[in-house]
Formats: sequence, structure tokens, C-alpha cells
Amino acid sequence: MIARLIARLTVGVTPRSAVLLAALLAALLATPWLVNDYLLTVLIIILYFAYAGQAWNIMMGFAGQLSLGHALYVGLGGYVAATLFTRFGIGPWLGFIAAIPVATAAGAVIGFLAFRFRVAGIYFAILTIAFAEFARIGFDHWDYVNASSGLFVPVKQYAHNNPWLLRGDPTMFYYVILGATAFLFVLCHFLMRSRVGYFWLAIREDEVAARAAGIDTFRYKMIAVMVSAAMTSFAGVFYAFFYNNLFPEQVFSIFRSVEIILGPIIGGIGTLFGPILGAFVLKGLAEALNSAMTAFGIELPGVTQVFYGVCLLIVVVALPDGVWPPLARLLGIGRSKP
Amino acid sequence: MTHKTQSNSARLTRRTVTAGLGAAGFIAGVAPFNIVRAAGGPLKVGVLLPRSGLQAGIGQSCQLGVDMAPAILKSLGLPELQIMNADTESNVDTARARAEKVISEGAQLLVGAFDSGQTTAIAQVAEQKGIPLVINIAGSPAITEQGYKFVFRNFPTGPMIVGDAFTNQKEVFAAAGTAPKTVVFMHINDTYGTAIAGAVDHVMPKFDMPYTIVEKISYDPAARDLSVEVAKAKAANADALLVVSRLNDAMLLTRELVKQRWTPQAIMSMGPGWYEDQYLKTLGKLADGPISLSPAPDPHKKLTAVLEAALAKVAPGDNLNANHSFTFEALLVAADAYKRAGSTDPKALAEAIRTTNITDNVNIGPGITFNAKGQNDKVKDAAFQNRGGKLVTLAPKDAANGKPEWPMKSYQSRG
Amino acid sequence: MPLEVYLNVAIGGVLTGLVYGLMALGLSVIFGVVRVVNFAHGEMMTVAMFLAVVLCAALHVDPLVLLVPIAAVLFVFGYALQRGLINPFITRPEHSQFLLLVALAIIITNTLLIVFGPDARTVQTAYGFDSFQFGQIIVDAAKVYAGIAAIIFAAALFVFFRYTLIGKAIRAGADNHTGALVVGLDVKRLYALTFGLGAACVGAAGTMMTLLVDATPMLGPSYTLLAFVIVITGGLGSMPGALVGGVLIGLTEALAGLLFTPSAKSMFAFAILVLVLLFRPQGILGKRLA
Repeated sequence: MIARLIARLTVGVTPRSAVLLAALLAALLATPWLVNDYLLTVLIIILYFAYAGQAWNIMMGFAGQLSLGHALYVGLGGYVAATLFTRFGIGPWLGFIAAIPVATAAGAVIGFLAFRFRVAGIYFAILTIAFAEFARIGFDHWDYVNASSGLFVPVKQYAHNNPWLLRGDPTMFYYVILGATAFLFVLCHFLMRSRVGYFWLAIREDEVAARAAGIDTFRYKMIAVMVSAAMTSFAGVFYAFFYNNLFPEQVFSIFRSVEIILGPIIGGIGTLFGPILGAFVLKGLAEALNSAMTAFGIELPGVTQVFYGVCLLIVVVALPDGVWPPLARLLGIGRSKP
Repeated sequence: MTHKTQSNSARLTRRTVTAGLGAAGFIAGVAPFNIVRAAGGPLKVGVLLPRSGLQAGIGQSCQLGVDMAPAILKSLGLPELQIMNADTESNVDTARARAEKVISEGAQLLVGAFDSGQTTAIAQVAEQKGIPLVINIAGSPAITEQGYKFVFRNFPTGPMIVGDAFTNQKEVFAAAGTAPKTVVFMHINDTYGTAIAGAVDHVMPKFDMPYTIVEKISYDPAARDLSVEVAKAKAANADALLVVSRLNDAMLLTRELVKQRWTPQAIMSMGPGWYEDQYLKTLGKLADGPISLSPAPDPHKKLTAVLEAALAKVAPGDNLNANHSFTFEALLVAADAYKRAGSTDPKALAEAIRTTNITDNVNIGPGITFNAKGQNDKVKDAAFQNRGGKLVTLAPKDAANGKPEWPMKSYQSRG
Repeated sequence: MPLEVYLNVAIGGVLTGLVYGLMALGLSVIFGVVRVVNFAHGEMMTVAMFLAVVLCAALHVDPLVLLVPIAAVLFVFGYALQRGLINPFITRPEHSQFLLLVALAIIITNTLLIVFGPDARTVQTAYGFDSFQFGQIIVDAAKVYAGIAAIIFAAALFVFFRYTLIGKAIRAGADNHTGALVVGLDVKRLYALTFGLGAACVGAAGTMMTLLVDATPMLGPSYTLLAFVIVITGGLGSMPGALVGGVLIGLTEALAGLLFTPSAKSMFAFAILVLVLLFRPQGILGKRLA
């Protein structure tokens, strides 16, 4: 059975891409020994967005549903885990397990309302924004989670790494998010090659035709939304325990939702590696830009955001499929999916 | 707390100040002062403030405190500080990353960061790396409740601000010879506003105030228009208005009060906004009257006059406010600790900070000391009233330099 | 609470709603005719607001005087934008178009932030603090002027679309793209013209808005959202619908703020949006979309 699983996983993976992937993983694993804590923090942020973008990609890239309110699931994940920890002392991994049904339920509600009532395209996107805003304002007034004062996760010690409670130094957090991103990567690869993945592809390409061919589009769209929501909630858990504070204004904000989608769009929607590449390109370049400007003594606040906007503009106009496909062709990997 | 000058003029001003500092430093160097030069040369201080994003205005205001510091510290015979400026971009992620960056570039002490969320992130980094953090401004009590050994806050927590506010209000009522019987409480629904509102609920019963709060109205920080909120407040028919807001909403609220023709007996603010220069300048005569109850520079202290003079050079026409003074004091603490520690070793610095005892400071209160949790629990608020574009301190008694004007003159009659 | 409080608040809500409606009108024209999802709508309005603030300060005139010039500037901007950047995107998938405008929105908002800083900018008008009083009813003077201006502008637009040749051509292009081409209309130019008109609406609305609200760069996203909520509620492709939607949302928010916690009043607009999307997606006055 394991052999079959491995066989399934390696279908369509060319030796070349496997080697490149392995090399990348090795480099990422070795990184903490090679860089200082500041760069490590930057990498953690990059991987965080790679992870969240990948999770978002499941809904958009695979099933073609544009969600602009993904911060909702991040926030839910964060608040569930943080509340369980601060009030009941329950660790973050268990907190994640508790957050999954919450986020999935939220996704299911949105999906149900949208798909049953034929809300699609841009209307669906606006619906997702409405729900995220609803959550933001709601949590802002909910005293159980401290409303707008913010929920602070108590930070007791740094001396030793405690992966169970996610207390420790950046290196520990780095490996956690790296592991999560790798896991999600493999999961997505798996999903893409499964029956569900092919149905998603059909729905994305032409929903009417898919329905005509007998696919229960409602069911599969729901699955996409729910899986995406559940996976995104882990990003929230990680966020809560890495930064140790949650404010509804920041966590559920539409700016966060937009931040999450920038990576996968620039990297390439619907591709497996796109979100990861996109996160590296975007955040990496932004920090580099910032460092360069400080080195030259130029202080222009807000430039980072303009930079993101320009990147997005260039990609949308000139590279509609994202940066990854042409790069993949260049590396000789080509498209490993039909 | 928002400074009206744009980033451009702030930059120009900084360059001018740096040139001025260079001159001052030269003069100080050749003057017969007893300047202590510790073994390691200047202390590298990383200053983390929101220089861009939503809080940029406040960050720039705090920056003035930073800019004025080096010359004044030198004139006090304190060792030199090498300031490393970093931008938190009003954003928690960036705050954390920049703290890491500045430490990796050699910062031996951190100062920051105005916002409670960002300060929490920075505090964690500081604690983990064993680098002392001196918080200039941040109100959330949680920050000093974590058992940190390297985090120090020279600013009152929300509950402290509120407790002092009530004490000062009583003094003001006594001086005015009257007190409101009913009060409507409006507050901004953000971290600071809700913290103060919560503290009011807890703390007020202990003070036996002469008034009751008949209505509590919270409003969205992003609200574009506060006409509904003010209509609601007016309908409560209270004597006075108790408010927690920021600069923009202070101006919005005032405009609505004028338009809806309601002048409360008094406006008592427990936060920023109503005393800031932009408020005073934009509203002119309509800015007179509101009483602010918040931490502030003490007009009777020597160092305050020095700071005011320095401010007049870099930002003529501006009033000295808490942004400037508390940021300055954070650097004062740093320099003082460095002098006593005699080394740049972070542990030594932290121990030195813990035993800080500065009575010749700027802000109201007996001085700067830190308790076991790293909190300066002796910082006091002041009560000060807007009058003719200036701020008159009404309470506490030893800091007062004027009597309250009560009730406020009707907006409609101000011409 | 006494009745006049409700009346005062309601009147204020309606007047503000009229200005929102004008802004939404612009979006209705753009979305309804050119089928472009203008996610930079609120940002364009913010640009207009800043233009008004800067020009008012420099020329010492009342913003209402600048109404037509600023509308004209935005018209040109919209026309150029459509012709230059957006046109090839009309045939592309919706999300692609949408992302283009999100990128524009990000760039505009942050450029404004860099240039003007985050602080609020106001216009100083003679009547900035005035109000009219009729017995117990107090009405904000600036809101009245803004509301009247909005109605006049919307009426002018209405007349344009109904009675001029170009207006009819635009409506024809909206109703039937192919038919319009067959008949020989230069659809590309018409699209650009329409986008320009929509932008002009936004320009006018922005100028009026400076009378009611202070200009900050971060207003963009919330206005974009508001515009969409209004357009969807009022009915896509229906111009009176946009105004009706605007007034409805303005009124709802005002009364909700009065009856419940003001800080949560935006929730009501979103609740209405969700209900409309689910149960009457064509909006109150809209026609059923194909």
C-alpha cells in the first residue's frame, strides 16, 4: 500500500524536477546554520505566505473560485488556537485540530450560500469580502476574545524549544513552517492527481460542460472550499503563536486577504510551485529593496506596497500565467500536469 | 500625537538637526564638561517607530523626540548614543523583522514602538536575544505582565492612565468649583480606546466620582463621519463629554458638535488628539476648551524648558507633547544606564536600567524608576486645557500653571 | 430617544447617501456597460478628493466650484486608462481584469500615502461648520449642498444617456455588443468614453465628498467596497438603482448606528449585501442579467 502511495505521488514527476526539488529542500533545511536570525525571520515570513498562498490556491487555482476574504480562515484558526491556549492551556497542535472544523464550517457556509444561490465570479469574491469583514467587526466587539484590545498569548520562556507548545526560538518556528509548507505541497500534488483534482480541473475550465458530463459540481466546489479553509487555518495558528498577539483589525483585514493572494498570482495560479515561488519573489525582493534603500539613505515610506502593486501589475499584464511557467520551461521541467 | 509636517519637511528638518548636532557635539567636545566616554564608545540604540503606514504621523512626532535627544544628553554629561532608526511600517510582522535586523546590525539596546501590538512583537525578540528594550509609549498592561527581564516601560498602562485621570478630574472640579452630574462617554473602538474603556469600568467605582456615565458610545476608528454618534451623544442630554479618541476623530467630533449645536459643559479626553498641534491649528478658536487627561511634560521641570527650546528650533510653533517627551525620556534612560553600567554588555545595561532613578526628567511624576516587572509605576498624568493655541496645565497641583475655564464657551458664540 | 434625533440622523443619512449614490453611479456605468470590474473605484474617488483638497488650498475656492474641472480631469484619466490599459482585458477572464484593477488600486493608494502622508486633509469652506435649523430639526449645511449637487449631476447624466446620440449609442453597446458593432458603432471608443464618464462621476462625487469627510489615502478600499455594495443592492445597469441603493445604504448605516453600537454599523451594509446576493442578485431596480 505504501508502495502504491509512493507510486501515485511520483506519477508525472520527471527525474529532473525531482532532483531540483530535492536540492531546494536540502538548501532550505540547511538554511538556519547559514544565516542570521534576521534573515531567518524574513524566510519564516516568506514561507508563511507561501503556505497561505498555497492553501488559497486550492480554491482558486484548482477550482476556479476567487476568494478575497481568506483572512477569515487565518483569523479563525488563530483565535481558536489562541483562545484554547490562553483559557484552557490546550497546546497549538490540538488547537489546530479544533480549528479545522471551525474554519471548514465557515468555508462550508460561504460555499453553500454561494453555490446554492448561483453566486459566482466577482460576486463570489465580494461575498467572501463581506464575510471576512463581518468577522472582523464581530470579533472587534466580542469580549470573550478581548475584542479590539487584542488577544495576547502569554510568552513564558524562550530558553528551550518546545515544539509541542510552539514556544522557542526562530529556528524552531522556521522548521515548523517549512514542514507545513512541504506537507501542503505534497498534499496538493496528491490532490491534483486524484479524481477530485481532475474534476476540479474540469470545473475550472468549463463548469457548464462539467455539469453536463455528470460531475456534481456543487459537491466538488464545496470540497475545494472546505479543504482550502481548513489548510489556511493552520497559517492562523502559526501566526498566533509566532507573534503572540491577535487584533481583529489586523488579522481579518482585507489587506491581509490581498497579501495572501499576491504570492500565488505572481507565481502562477493553479500551478503547484507558483505560490512558493511567488512568495519568495515578492517578499524577498521587497526586503532587498528596503535594504538597498536604507543603504542609500533613501527613506520613502510606503514604497514596499507600491512595489507589490507594480509587481502585480506587470505580472497581470505581461505574464498572466505567473512567473513560474516560463521559469519552469527554462529549467526544463515543463508542465508536470496535463 | 500626529505631527502635521509631511515626511519631506521632517527629513529636511532631521538633516538640519543633524548638522546642528554636529556643531553641538563639537562644542560639547571642547567644553569643560565631564563627559564620560565608556569603554565601547557610543551605545548603539535601535529606535523602532512607525515611520510609514497608518501611524506614520505619530511616528514622525516621536522621531522629533529622538532628534532632539543627542545634543541635550550631551549637555547633561551623559554618554553618546548612536541612533539606528528603523521603520515598523505600522505593522506587526515588519516590527518583528526590523527588530531582528537592527539587533543583527549590532544594536545594544532598543527603544520603541508606540503601538502595543508591534511593541509586543519587539519585546519578544528583545527578551529572547537578551537585549534591553525601553518602551517609549505603549499602553497595554499585558506587555509588562509576561515576566520579562529585559523589557522596561516608562509610560503608564491603560489602567494607570484612567486612575490618574479620575484623580485629576476631581482636582479640576475643585478648582472650577463645580462638577458635571451626568456624562456621556464616547470612545474609539481600537486597542487603546477599548483598553481605556475597560479600565474605566473597573477603576471608576473606586473613585467615587460626582457624575454617572449615562451613555457609552463606541465608534469605528475608520468612521468617515461621526454625525450619528454625536447625535446619539447629544440625545443623552448629559452635562459633559468624556472621550477617548485620536487626532482625526477629535477634529471630526468637534466639527459635528458645532454643526449639531451642542456645547457640553466640558470635554474631558483621556487620550491623544485634542491637544495636538494639528487640532489646535486647524480649528483655531473652536479648539479652545477641551481638557486632556493624559501623560505629559511637566511645565515646571527644568528639562522641559530645555526640550521646548530645542523643539522651537526644529518645529517652530509646535507645542511640546507626550510623543516628544516620552521618546526623549526613553533615550535618557538608555544614556543614564550606559553611564552607570560602564559597559555595553546587555545584561549589565538591563541591571543598570532596573536601578534607574532619575528625578530630573521631563514628564509629570516623581521621576523615572522601574518596579520588579520593569514598569515605571510612578508616572503620573496631567490635566491640561486648550487655551488660545497653547496648553495650560490644570492638575496635579505641583505641576499646574493655570485655572480651569469652566464651562466651555458655546461654540456658536465663538465667532 | 426623541423623534427629532431620528429625523436628524435620517436626513443626514439620506443626503450622504446621495453622494455615495453618485459614486456608485459611476461604477454602475462602468460595470454595467463596459463590464469591467473596477476594483480601483474607491481609489479613483480618493484621488479626486485629494485633487479637490490641493486645488482648494491653492486657489482658495469652494470645492463645488471645482466640481466640473475635477470631473473633467477624471474623465480624461478614465478614458486613457480604459483605452490604454484595460481594453485588452475585456475579453480576458474576469479575475484577470479584476486583479489588474487591484494592482492599480494598491499603487494609487500607496502613492497617495507617500505623497500626502497618512494625516487627514480637509477643505476649509465658509459653511464648513454651518447648519440649518428648523425648529428641532438641525441639518448639516455642507451635506445639503453636497446632496443637491449630487442630484443635479446625476440628473445631467441621466439626460445625457437618454437624449443624446452618444448616450444612446453607449446604451446600445451595453445591451448588445455585436449588434452595436454591426450597426457600425466604434465600440472601443464608446467603451473608453463610458469609462471616462464613470470616472467623471467619481470625480464629481469625490469633490462633493470633501465637504463631508476628510481625505486620507486609506479611504480607497472602503469606498470601493461601498460602491460595490450599493451597485449590487440597487441593481446593476440601473442608474436610478445606484442612487436608490446609495440612499438606502446611507440611511441604513445612519439608523443602525443610532439604534445599535455605532462601531458595528458597517455590519448592516454587509448583511444587506449578503441578503441581496442570495435572494435578489439583480438588485432592487436591476434587470436580470443573462
